[in-house]
Amino acid sequence: MNTETPYRPLQLLRTAALLLLVLIVLTGLAYPLAVTGIAQLTMRDDANGSLVERDGVVVGSALIGQNFWGSSGYFWGRPSAAGSGYDANQSGGANLGPSNPALVTRIEASIAELRAANWERGDSPIPVDLVTTSASGLDPHISPAAAEYQAPRIARERGLSEDQVLALVRAHTEGRWLWVFGEERVNVLELNLALDALAPIGR
Amino acid sequence: MTTQAILQLVLYVAALALLAKLLGGYLARVFSGERTFADPVLAPVERTIYRLTGVDPQREMPWTTYAFALLAFSLFSVLALYLLQRVQGSLPLNPAGQGNVPPHLAFNTAVSFTTNTNWQSYLPEATVSHLTQMAGLTVQNFVSAAAGIAIAVALVRGLARHSAKAIGNFWVDLTRAVLWVLLPVAFVLALIFVSQGVVQNLDAPRQITTLPGEVQTIAQGPVASQEAIKMFGTNGGGFFNANSAHPFENPTPLTNLLQMLTIFAIPAGLTAMFGRMVGNPRQGWTVFGVMLALFLVGAVLTTVFEQQGNPRFPDAVDQRASASQAGGNMEGKETRFGISASALFATITTAASCGAVNAMHDAFTPLGGLVLLNNIAVGEVIFGGVGAGLYGFLIFAMLAVFIAGLMVGRTPEYIGKKIEPREMTFVTLTILVVPLLILGLTAIALVTERGLLGPLNPGPHGLTEVLYAYTSGAGNNGSAFAGLNANSNFYATTLGIAMLGGRFLMIVPILAVAGSLAAKKRVAATAGTFPTTGLLFGGLLCGVILIVAALTFFPAYALGPIVEHLMLRAGS
Amino acid sequence: MMQPIPNGPVPPETFERPEKRADVQRALFDPEMVRPALRAAVRKLDPRLMARNPVMFVVEIGSVIVSVLLLQELWRAILGNAGDLLFLAQLTMWLWFTVLFASFAEALAEGRGKAQADSLRRTRTETVARRLLEDGTTELVPASALRSGDVVRVEAGELIPNDGEVIGGVAFVSEAAITGESAPVLKEPGTDIRSSVTGGTQVISDWLLIRITAEPGASFLDRMIALVEGSARRKTPNELALTILLSGLTIVFLVVTVTLRPLAIYSGAQISTAVLIALLVTLIPTTIGGLLSAIGIAGMDRLVRKNVLALSGRAVEAAGDVDVLLLDKTGTITYGNRMAAELLPAEGHSLEELTRAALLASLADETPEGKSIVALAQRSGVAASDGLPAGVESIPFTAETRVSGIRSDGHETIKGAADAVAARVGHASAEVGQIVATISQQGGTPLVVADGHDVLGVIYLKDTVKPGMRERFEELRRMGIRTVMITGDNPLTARTIADEAGVDDFVAEAKPEDKLRIIREHQAEGRLVAMTGDGTNDAPALAQSDVGVAMHTGTAAAKEAGNMVDLDSDPTKLIDIVAIGKQLLITRGALTTFSIANDVAKYFAIIPALFVATYPELDALNIMRLNSPKSAILAAVIFNALIIVALIPIALRGVTYRPLGAAAILRRNLLVYGLGGLCVPFVGIKLIDLILAATGLA
Repeated sequence: MNTETPYRPLQLLRTAALLLLVLIVLTGLAYPLAVTGIAQLTMRDDANGSLVERDGVVVGSALIGQNFWGSSGYFWGRPSAAGSGYDANQSGGANLGPSNPALVTRIEASIAELRAANWERGDSPIPVDLVTTSASGLDPHISPAAAEYQAPRIARERGLSEDQVLALVRAHTEGRWLWVFGEERVNVLELNLALDALAPIGR
Repeated sequence: MTTQAILQLVLYVAALALLAKLLGGYLARVFSGERTFADPVLAPVERTIYRLTGVDPQREMPWTTYAFALLAFSLFSVLALYLLQRVQGSLPLNPAGQGNVPPHLAFNTAVSFTTNTNWQSYLPEATVSHLTQMAGLTVQNFVSAAAGIAIAVALVRGLARHSAKAIGNFWVDLTRAVLWVLLPVAFVLALIFVSQGVVQNLDAPRQITTLPGEVQTIAQGPVASQEAIKMFGTNGGGFFNANSAHPFENPTPLTNLLQMLTIFAIPAGLTAMFGRMVGNPRQGWTVFGVMLALFLVGAVLTTVFEQQGNPRFPDAVDQRASASQAGGNMEGKETRFGISASALFATITTAASCGAVNAMHDAFTPLGGLVLLNNIAVGEVIFGGVGAGLYGFLIFAMLAVFIAGLMVGRTPEYIGKKIEPREMTFVTLTILVVPLLILGLTAIALVTERGLLGPLNPGPHGLTEVLYAYTSGAGNNGSAFAGLNANSNFYATTLGIAMLGGRFLMIVPILAVAGSLAAKKRVAATAGTFPTTGLLFGGLLCGVILIVAALTFFPAYALGPIVEHLMLRAGS
Repeated sequence: MMQPIPNGPVPPETFERPEKRADVQRALFDPEMVRPALRAAVRKLDPRLMARNPVMFVVEIGSVIVSVLLLQELWRAILGNAGDLLFLAQLTMWLWFTVLFASFAEALAEGRGKAQADSLRRTRTETVARRLLEDGTTELVPASALRSGDVVRVEAGELIPNDGEVIGGVAFVSEAAITGESAPVLKEPGTDIRSSVTGGTQVISDWLLIRITAEPGASFLDRMIALVEGSARRKTPNELALTILLSGLTIVFLVVTVTLRPLAIYSGAQISTAVLIALLVTLIPTTIGGLLSAIGIAGMDRLVRKNVLALSGRAVEAAGDVDVLLLDKTGTITYGNRMAAELLPAEGHSLEELTRAALLASLADETPEGKSIVALAQRSGVAASDGLPAGVESIPFTAETRVSGIRSDGHETIKGAADAVAARVGHASAEVGQIVATISQQGGTPLVVADGHDVLGVIYLKDTVKPGMRERFEELRRMGIRTVMITGDNPLTARTIADEAGVDDFVAEAKPEDKLRIIREHQAEGRLVAMTGDGTNDAPALAQSDVGVAMHTGTAAAKEAGNMVDLDSDPTKLIDIVAIGKQLLITRGALTTFSIANDVAKYFAIIPALFVATYPELDALNIMRLNSPKSAILAAVIFNALIIVALIPIALRGVTYRPLGAAAILRRNLLVYGLGGLCVPFVGIKLIDLILAATGLA
C-alpha cells in the first residue's frame, strides 16, 4: 500500500467536508425519503400513527393513550406525566426518584381517587400500574389486573353485569409475543370504544 | 426472576450469539476489503463517493493522519449540525414551525450527536424540525457510529498487523461502515418498524379530539428511519422525548426485542470480527464471553431489583407479579414491557452506550439504577457503543494483561504484541480521562449554584442524577436520570465538555496505541505466554473491569444510590 | 574448561581460599544491614530523591500537609482550643512511617548490594604497576596511571592492575576475588580464551606480560562494583511501564479524594483535609510503589549471588521473556570427552576376556578416553594394578599406527580404530565390522580391541550427557522455552545426543557463524533468544542474541558483546538466569495485584467512617464492624504502612517461582496475591482496630 507520500492537512480537510456533504445527502435525505416513500405506499395506516376512527371521525391513535381519569363510565388508563396528562406533543415520565416524598404523595392521591371511584373494591390492593406514571406518559395500555380492578365500577356505570365487563376485558387482552416477549395488556382506548359500542352511556 | 424473564434472557442471548457470529464474519470481510454478496450493488456507489470526494482508497494512513482525518470530519460534523439547528426555522420540512434552536442547546446537541452520545437536553417534539431530524440528527446517527467502527477496526489492525506503518484509510473505513453495514440494515429495520406502527411521514402534529372530549396533539415525523439507525448505531437519541418508551418509537414487544438485539448487534459482531482479523476466533469469543458475563450479571440484578418493587409505596399498592400483572416497580415503565423487558432494555442500553430508554431510569429502584450507572461507569465496555465498546475493551484487556501478565514472569503481551511503556502511557491516559471528567464535573455541579438548579429530586437521588448525567456524557451513552433539568447554559456546556472529552480524549490515545502496536514485531506464542483466551483470562478481565470502576466510583456510589437504598430499606 | 597442560607452570599447593560470595550472604533483617539502611531511609526523604517515585512522593507531600495541620492544631490547643490532637498526631506519625518504610525497603535492598561492592572494592586497593618502557626496562607507576595500550609485567604474588591481554609469559592466576572460585587458572599468550586477564586478579606463579585494554576506572571490576551497588541503575522498560500505570492510578485516586469533598458538602457532611489525605494515601498503590525499586535492586542482587553480572537491568527482564535457548553441545550438554560406555565382545570371546584386554590396553593411556575405559573396567569388577606391571612397555598412540596399548614379552594388547587394528593384526573380522558399523551409525566411536592376533571385541565410546540435563530441559519446556543444541558433529551423532539429552531441536555440522544466522531466524519469527559463549567468534552471536551470557573465562570480545557475564563460567547457568528474570517480573506483578486488591477493604473501612455521622444508614457498609470512625481511619492507615514492611521479605527474596506453564502460574498467583490481597486487609484492619480500641488510642 502506498503510504510514502504523506497526506497534506488541507487535502484532508477538503475530503472531510466533501465526504460529510455526500453522506448528508445519502443518509440524511435519500435514506429517510426512500423509507417514507415505501412506507406511505405500502403501509399507510401504520406510517401515519395508527389512527382510530369512529363514525368517520378520528378519535385517537391506537398507540397513544388518552386521559380517562374522572370519566367514571370509562376504563381509566395510567396516571400520565406528559404535559398536563397524555399530551402527545410532550411525551415523558414523572422522573420522581424512588425515595422522593413527592412520589409517595402523588401515589397516595391516585389511590384516594381510585378508591373513591371504585368504592365497590373497598380497601383491596390496587394494581401497581394504575397508580404509577408510565415512561412515555402516553402508555395506551393497562394490565389485565388494572382493568379487572375497575370492572365493578364499569358494570355499575354501564348497567352491565361484572361478568360481561370481564369478558370484554378478556376479549381485548393482548398476549405476549411468542409467549415470552412483552406483557399481557389491555388497550384502554380500544376497550372503551368496545364498551361504548356494547353499552353506550345514557343511551 | 420470573420464568418469563429467564426465558426472555436465554432467548435473547442465543439470538445475540448467532448474530455476533454472522455479523463478525461479514464485518471482517468488509474491513479487509474482501468481496461480499452486497458488492454488486454497493461497490459502484462506493466508487462514486470516492470520485466525488477525491479519495484514493488504496492509500493508507499512519495513525496521526487517521486521527487528523477523524477529528476534521468530526469538527465539520459539529459545525454542520450546529448551523442546521440555528437556521432550521427558515428551512423547509418544518411543518410544526419550530424556531431556531438557541445557541447553548444547539452546541450541546451538535456535540452530543457527533460524539455518538445523543444526550438530549431538550424536548424534541417542541424543538427540532423534520429537516434537522433527518439531515442533521439521522446523519450523525450514521456517521458517528461509522467513525466508532472505523476506530475499532484501526485498533484491531494494529494488533493484527506487524512491522507496519499504516492502520488503514479513515475515509474508506467510514464509507464502508455506512454503505455495507449501517445503511442496508437500517433500511430493512425501518420498514419492519413501520409495519409495527412506528410512524414515518413528513406531516405536522395532528390534532384530534379524544374519547373523553379533550384535544390531543399527536406529534408526527420521519421516525422509523431514524429509529432504526438510532438503535443499530447505538446512538439512542429519541425522535421524541420519551425515546423508545414512546409508542410511536417502540410500539410492540416485537419492536422492543428488535431494538434490544440491534443495540448489541454490531458491538457483539465486532468481537467476532476481532477474533477473525487477528487470526484466532477464540480471542474474539473470549472478549464476547467477558462482555456477556458482565452483561448477564447486570441484567439479572436489575430485573430482580425492579421486580422487588419500591418499599416506599403505600401498602394499598399491589406490587406482586401475578398472571394478570407484571407487578414490581412500574413507576416510569410501560405496561407492554412490564418489568422484565424494561429492566433488560435498560441494562442493554446502558451497557452498550446506546442511551435509548424504554423506561425512565430516574424512577428505577436505587440499586437497579446503580447497575445502570455502573454499566456506563465501567467505561462502556460491556459490548459498549459500536466500535467504542471494542476499542475500550481492548484497552482494558491490555491493562489486565499488563497487571497480571507480569505474574507469569514475562513482559506482558497481547495478541503477540508486547505492552511496553509507550502503550502503557496511552492506556493509562484513556483510563484516566473518564473518571477525571465524571468526578470533576460532578463535583463542580454539586457545589455551584447553577449546578444545583439541575437535579429535580432531593438528597442522595439528586446526587445520583448529576453523577449519572456526567457519567452518561463522558461515557457517550446519552441516557439520563431525566429528572435532571439540563437545559441550561451550565449543563449544556459542562455536558458538552464531558461528551467531547469522553470521545476524543479517548480516541486519540487509542489510535496512538493502534499505530504503536502496528509498528511492533509479533512475538511468538509459547507455553510460557500469558493465555488471553479461556475462562481464567476471562475471569481476570471481569475482575479488572469491575475493580477499576469500583475503586473510582465507590465513594460516589455510597453517597448516591447505596445510601438511598439503605434509607429506603430503613424507611427513613 | 580448564585442562592441565603438561610441562606448564605448576599451581602452588597452598593458596589462601577466600570466602565464596555465597558465604557472605546475611540474614534479611541482620542488624548490621538494618542500621545503615535506616539511616539511608531518612536521607531518602529528600524530596528531590523522592520525586523519582511518584506514588511515594504524593505520600510525602500528604505527610507534610498533615504535619502542618498538626502544628496548627497544637497552636490551637495552646490557645486552649483543643481538638483531637491524639488522632491527628497518630495519623501524622503513620503517614511519615509509610514514606519511611518504603525508603527503608529501597535502602535495605541497596545495602545488600553495597556490602558486596565493598568486598569487591577491597581487592581494588591502589596497586603499583611495573610499566614496560620501549627500551625494555620497567618503571613503577600507580595502577591508575595506566592507559589502554600500556604493557606491564606482573610477577607472582602481585595483583593485575587492570584488564588486559597476556602477550608474554605463562602463569597461574587466581580469580577468586572476582569469581569466588579458589582453583587458579592458567594464562598464556596467543590463545583466544586463556589470554585475557581481569584487573584485580592475582598472579600466583611465574610472571606475565600484559597489554592493558581498559582505561582507568572503566575496568571490569569497576563496572562490576557499579552494578552491584546499583549506582548505575536506570529504570528498566518494564519498571517504567509499571511506574506509568501506578502514576495513572495515583492521579485517579487524587481525583477521587479531591472530588469527595464537594460530594460530601452536597450530602451535608464535613470531611477534614487530614482525613482526606489519609484516604488518598491508603488508596494509592503505596505497597507496590514503595517496594518497586527494592524489587528491581533485589533481582539484580539475586543474579550477583548466582555469580552472574547483568550489564543492564533490561537484560534481566529480557531473560524472563526468553523463548529459545541456544546451547553448545560440547561443554554445556555433554562433558565434551568421549567416554567408554559399553564393551561388546566378538563371537567366541567372553565379556570378561574383552574387559581385561581393554583394561590392559588402556593402562598406559592418560587421555580422558583411556581413563574412562579403565573406569568402566573397574566398575565391571576387574581389578587394575596401579601403573604398568614390571616388564610391560607401553605402545603410545602415533599418527602413523593409530593404535595404543601395551607390549609384554612381544605380546601386544592394543586398541584403536577398526582399520588401524586390522592393519596391525593382519586381518579383519566381518562380525566385528558389523558391530563397528552399528556403533558408528549411532554416533558413537568404536575402538577395536585386539590381544595378539585375536580381535576380542569393541569398546563403545560416546559423548556423555551430563547428569540432570534431561530434567532441566523438561523444566524449560514447561516454562515454554525451547532448547536448541548447536554442534559441529555430523547429524547422526548430533541426533543421538539430542535424543539422550532431551533437547527440542539441534543444529548439526554448525560452523561458528551459523549461530548468528540461527538467532536471526528465531528473532524474525518473534522469539527471544538466549545463548552462552566464550570465544571471540561467538561475539557477533552474543551481541545479536537478546540475552547473551559470556563466560568469565571467555575473551574480552565475548564479554563486551554479551549483556551478562557468568563468573562461574557455567553454561547451564542460563536456566537460573531465566528463572531469576521471571521471578523479578512475577514479584512486580504479584505485589501490584496485591496492592490494588487491598483497596477494596480500605474503602469498606473508611467510607462508612467518613459519612456515618451524616447518613447513619451507611453503617451497613461497616462490614468489619470497626470500633469508631477514627479507629477505622487509623487502622486503614496503619495497615497500609505495616504491609510495606511485611512484604519487604517477598520484595527482596522474590515470589517463589516454579517452572510451570503460564496458565498454572497465573492461576496460583492470582489466588495467592489477588484473592489474598482482597482478604488479608479485612483481617489486618480489624485486628489493628481491636488493638487501637483496647489501648484507647482511638
